Amino acid sequence: MKRTFLGEFEEVILLTVAILGEEAYAVTVTQELEQKTGRVVGFSSVHTTLQRLEEKHYLSSSMGGATAERGGRRKRFFTVTALGRKALMEVKQVREELWNALPPQTLQLMGI
Amino acid sequence: MSQNPPKFAKPPRWASTLLRWWADPNTAEEVEGDLLEMFAYWQQTAGSKRAKWRYALSVLKLLRPFTRKKKSYDYPKTYLFSHIMIQNYFKIALRNILKHKGYAAINIGGLSVGMAVAMLIGLWVYDEVSFDKYHKNHDRIVQLFQFVTFEVEKSTYDVMPIPLAGELRTKYPDFKSVVMSKRLSQVLAAGDNKFAKTGSSVEPDFLEMMSVNMLAGTRNGLDDANAILLSESLAKALFGDADPLNQLVKIDNKVNVKVTGVYEDFPNNSTFKETLYITPWELLLNNDPYAKSIENDWDSNSYQIYAQLKDGADPEQVSAKIREIRTKMDDPPRYKPEFFLHPMNKWHLYGDFKNGVNTGGLIQFVWLFGIIGVFVLLLACINFMNLSTARSEKRAKEVGIRKAIGSLRGQLISQFFSESLLVVLFAFVLSVFLAAAALPFFNEVAQKQMSILWLNPYFWLLGLGFSLVTGIIAGSYPAIYLSSFQPLKVLKGRFSAGRFAAIPRKVLVVMQFTVSVTLIIGTIIIFRQIQFAKNRPVGYSKNGLIEVKMNTPELLQHYEALRLDLLNTGAVKEMAQSSGVITTQDGGTTDISWEGKSPDTQPLVMHNSVTHDYGKTIGWQILQGRDFSRTFSTDSSAMILNESAAKLMNLKKPLDSFVRASGRQYKIIGVVKDMIKENPFSPVSPSFFVVNYRNISVINIRLTPDISASEAIGKVESVFKKYNPGSPFTYSFADEEYSKKFGTEERIGKLASFFAILAIFISCLGLFGLASFVAEQRTKEIGIRKVLGASVANLWGMLSKDFVLLVIISCLVSIPISWYVMSDWLKNYKYHTEISWWIFALTGLGALGITLLTVSYQAIKAALLDPVKSLRSE
Repeated sequence: MKRTFLGEFEEVILLTVAILGEEAYAVTVTQELEQKTGRVVGFSSVHTTLQRLEEKHYLSSSMGGATAERGGRRKRFFTVTALGRKALMEVKQVREELWNALPPQTLQLMGI
Repeated sequence: MSQNPPKFAKPPRWASTLLRWWADPNTAEEVEGDLLEMFAYWQQTAGSKRAKWRYALSVLKLLRPFTRKKKSYDYPKTYLFSHIMIQNYFKIALRNILKHKGYAAINIGGLSVGMAVAMLIGLWVYDEVSFDKYHKNHDRIVQLFQFVTFEVEKSTYDVMPIPLAGELRTKYPDFKSVVMSKRLSQVLAAGDNKFAKTGSSVEPDFLEMMSVNMLAGTRNGLDDANAILLSESLAKALFGDADPLNQLVKIDNKVNVKVTGVYEDFPNNSTFKETLYITPWELLLNNDPYAKSIENDWDSNSYQIYAQLKDGADPEQVSAKIREIRTKMDDPPRYKPEFFLHPMNKWHLYGDFKNGVNTGGLIQFVWLFGIIGVFVLLLACINFMNLSTARSEKRAKEVGIRKAIGSLRGQLISQFFSESLLVVLFAFVLSVFLAAAALPFFNEVAQKQMSILWLNPYFWLLGLGFSLVTGIIAGSYPAIYLSSFQPLKVLKGRFSAGRFAAIPRKVLVVMQFTVSVTLIIGTIIIFRQIQFAKNRPVGYSKNGLIEVKMNTPELLQHYEALRLDLLNTGAVKEMAQSSGVITTQDGGTTDISWEGKSPDTQPLVMHNSVTHDYGKTIGWQILQGRDFSRTFSTDSSAMILNESAAKLMNLKKPLDSFVRASGRQYKIIGVVKDMIKENPFSPVSPSFFVVNYRNISVINIRLTPDISASEAIGKVESVFKKYNPGSPFTYSFADEEYSKKFGTEERIGKLASFFAILAIFISCLGLFGLASFVAEQRTKEIGIRKVLGASVANLWGMLSKDFVLLVIISCLVSIPISWYVMSDWLKNYKYHTEISWWIFALTGLGALGITLLTVSYQAIKAALLDPVKSLRSE
């Protein structure tokens, strides 16, 4: 596999799915994202991003059981695949490498 | 997140409905559920109003065209345009063609004939539309015309007074250049080479204006008065391979001029195609006393004026400015000339004027043939569609099997399209060759010199584009209809196309035959009209009458001697001279009056100068009075009228009445039957004949019928050589000249019949294919009927009945259409034939006959089949 490429939003969503674990489906991901980041996220963009990630094989999905509260409609739960975890790791690693490469005086300037 | 949404607020229902209908079906369930939850959440966090708004927005964003499609992994993916499948489509298509060679031949043959016809017509239209485009300034060049009112109607003339050119040049800044021009027909001689050729006498600016392409010499070549420019072809004819520059050419055995240039021949689709040489206007003024005498005369209209407008000048506006140049002067003539400009772009296609209004012209034929071309092409396409749809029903099983083993509808559609595209491509290639082969014949009929535009990218683009469209239209029905079959039904073997499946096919057949029958009726009526005009009595005897133009001075003086010598050859019965050839009417006069003429009108009466022997030579028929005779010395002021003139003058006793014409008094001594000198489709103009031995330019010779024409001509020629050794002996037969008057009509007739025959051929081809298809489809039925005792005649009737009915319907449709169109066409002619019912009856019967012949072959073949064989396989 070539170098992974993850967009910023994709990365955030992938992380959120990982955080939510068993409970990750479009609604929880949207709400979690809103609460954690404080930004208003469009539901449709979350939905499409989840699908795109699934197409890229970073996520896998399975339908849950029938639920009472939403007219019996099932939920599609997402879990991070091994590939997805690897992609997250790689992104993190790249970030860290970049941080480490920062010259100390710049770090000082940034107030860290 | 798991609370129930409050009862008082629900998401907007329209949005939910939209979502249900248009969301991606693979994710619809979870999305609907998720959105419901989100709605509840938004209601809590942002309030009902915002929640509704966000809900609707999310729905819109999740509708199908905007959202990503969730790919389904339940089945393996098939690609619509996979390379291997496309290869396979073409392979199957080729196999299909080879398996049914007959159908393929009918299909490809019919279509390529139709395309070839469309191509020929397209070339013709292109040629007509590109007329005069050779001249670079064609947008800015105009010719001066004038409307002239003699009686009530305005007539149109392209001849102008000479001073008008100067007036336009000096007083109207809209003109860039203005040139005088006269069309010439003279004898050019260089050494022993002598030719009678046509050319023009023009002012020097003409060369620049018409962008004459000089091959040798320069455009200054006309500055010297005694110069001549030759076209390349004429230079070659006169001087062979020698350098023509600075050589001498003798014109009409009178004037020597020097060749100062050679120009590229004007192309065939140029108004000036017959201008084979150009001489300076000054030469004309120096040598033609008449031209010199009218140089400042505003009321002698003899020559053409061409002009080039400056950029930005509008011909219409300039026309309005110059309209009244003459009528505003003192002593305007009574015929009220109104000058106007006729732009070069309209010369060829819009050359007809009637009563001061442009009424089109050749453009009508461009439209006519364009429409015919489209129709012929349509017929061929209909054939193609009918046959491929009929055939394709046989392939229902194939479709079923393909679907059962996993073909998608899209794949079947592209399969059928690729098949029809392949056939169309074959047809296109064939049609290019057909068109190339038919072009010489077509050129001859249409009197053109066209060639296939092998190197023109637009030609190919258009041809291929058209093939593509035909292929897609023709392939669309089988592609879309057949691919919709349900494999279960088709494979069960009970597939039938249904009662109404054949209806579109029938409609198309009716359309085809309507077009064909209309074309045939039209052709018959055109030929009837030509025949009608040909049968019109001409008023003189055309056969054995030859005419020689006197274009050199040598012939002028010796009338009596020439006449005696000719009569002595024994080949000539009578000889006379006249002011013009018998098949044209030259000039007329409005300066004519008679007893009882109302002063309000100024009718134009045609003027003919003749010698005493004219009547006997041409064989006119005297209705009243007597012919000119040498025994009456007073005949120098005698006049003979034609019937129309006598009618116009409405004299109680025409004989011995007096007429004043051009300032002279004449006594009427006779009335002759109308002679058709002009258009055989219009009434004869009133004309008179007077004796005048000076105003003559044509020798009329009546050959004796006893010896053959070629022998007689030989004898006549030897006499002419004696009197006029400097010029070639050129003559024309009056009957040949007369039949040229039908040229346009005969050309249309020939072309129309050519197309009509092709149309009926293409239609029959289609019918033949359809009939064989129907017969094949009903093989079993025919077998059973035969077993039960049906006779061959019964079966033949049964199979033919359907088609005959269609043809009858199309005859009924086409009769009113063709009657309407053709009676409109006939109205263009003053003398026209009537459309009689038998034309329709005959055409209808003919169409029926052809249909029966076509269908019968298949029907009888099917009816003769052995029922044992046709019923065996069940």
